[in-house]
Amino acid sequence: MALLEVRGLVKRFLGVTAVDGVDLTVGAGELVSLIGPNGSGKTTLFNCVTGYLGADAGRVLFRGEDVTRRPPHRIARLGLGRTFQHVSVFDRLSALENLLVFLQQHQEESVLARLVRTRRVRRLEAAAVERARALLDLVGLGPKSDAPAGSLSYGQRKLLAFAAALMPDPELILLDEPAAAVNPTMINQMKDHILALHRQGKTIVLVEHNMDVVMDISERVVVLDHGQKIAEGPPAAIRRDAGVIEAYFGR
Amino acid sequence: MAADGALLALEGVVAGYDEIDVLRGVSARVGAGEIVSIIGANGAGKSTLLRTVFGMLRPRAGSIRLDGEEVGGRAPVEILRRGIGYVPQGRCNFPAMSVDENLQMGAYLRRDERIRADIEAVLARFPVLATKRHAAAGTLSGGQQQILEMAIALLLRPRLLLVDEPSLGLDPRMVELVFETIVTINREGTAILMVEQNARKALSVSHRGFVLELGRNRFEGTGRALLDDPDVRQHYLGG
Repeated sequence: MALLEVRGLVKRFLGVTAVDGVDLTVGAGELVSLIGPNGSGKTTLFNCVTGYLGADAGRVLFRGEDVTRRPPHRIARLGLGRTFQHVSVFDRLSALENLLVFLQQHQEESVLARLVRTRRVRRLEAAAVERARALLDLVGLGPKSDAPAGSLSYGQRKLLAFAAALMPDPELILLDEPAAAVNPTMINQMKDHILALHRQGKTIVLVEHNMDVVMDISERVVVLDHGQKIAEGPPAAIRRDAGVIEAYFGR
Repeated sequence: MAADGALLALEGVVAGYDEIDVLRGVSARVGAGEIVSIIGANGAGKSTLLRTVFGMLRPRAGSIRLDGEEVGGRAPVEILRRGIGYVPQGRCNFPAMSVDENLQMGAYLRRDERIRADIEAVLARFPVLATKRHAAAGTLSGGQQQILEMAIALLLRPRLLLVDEPSLGLDPRMVELVFETIVTINREGTAILMVEQNARKALSVSHRGFVLELGRNRFEGTGRALLDDPDVRQHYLGG
């Protein structure tokens, strides 16, 4: 059974069909990239899969369970994490607090248990702080742990959002342009980390325009154009595909 | 033109937000007609440098000279009047207004008769915008919005254009178009000071570049020299 299955998904905005009958199957442990020109429907597809947008037609199955019209937080709790193309962090919280808040949204502890800070809650908190520090180090933000997120540069906030998405340790991770605005050396580190997650058995779907990243790490590449899937295959084959060159790479 | 030939010259500029200095004594020069790129790690102060030149931040020390005249601390509108345009990072036009109206807004400082003709010329240069001239800017794709921002900045006919991450979020064809546009604008006489994480691409079209690290100058050289420098490659270009 596929971990994620998208069947005939359609999403329209004011007469424009942004996603036009897309089928996408991602098996457990796969590392798949989704590429396509600006406006081809990649982010809209992510938004429909994660519940941020309601699909107009079609279905989304996660572990065989229909999640098509569920709210984002319920889908997230099933083990589906994502990052956003545009930075979304809390400016007035520190980098560390941002990661902790993000994790808390995913935990099911009752308000009462949190208020009285049961031993279990305290243990969870200590583990969370440790995990958050490790993730901040990973994206080079260790020295900025206590700095308000609003004082970080755009690229640093992007890295913070990447770390936050990893906090709940999701089984399926949807990454929306993680490398945009990130310096090349850090991109290499990010690439290594995505590969490490992949080796741990995590399933990853990546939207990215940086072809060095896409071609280096993907097992399979899916190409969208005008909301439709126009090609699918291993990176090398996609590189040579005349239709993809025409629609995406140019020249 | 200043005696030393620099259109823009920064000396020991210190600037930042609240109590934090992001720039800790940066020097830089852009000659008339040059393309200069700033590269460096996230948080090095690259965008802050552009904002300071554009007058959005007041330098706490150092000087910013334009044609030899000190302009540090002047308001953005005065910087604009002196012929410096700015294309910020991300999208920031008026999403509910049409492409055409956005372009008219871009020319708001001008009072001459040629505005309409210049808008038509800009639309002719960017066919992606011409086909969408009556569409709300917010409905454009990310790449199209980036081109619109650049088009708006050009309507003030800047001598120097400050560009922050022009390739951000763009697909490969749009990246090509944006860099081709930068080179064309430059050949027509506009100097460019650009921040770009696609550092290889940026340096390959730049006359010169410099590396910022934690708010200070680190390396400087021609675009080619930086691309070939083993230290720069390892630490800033991803090997």
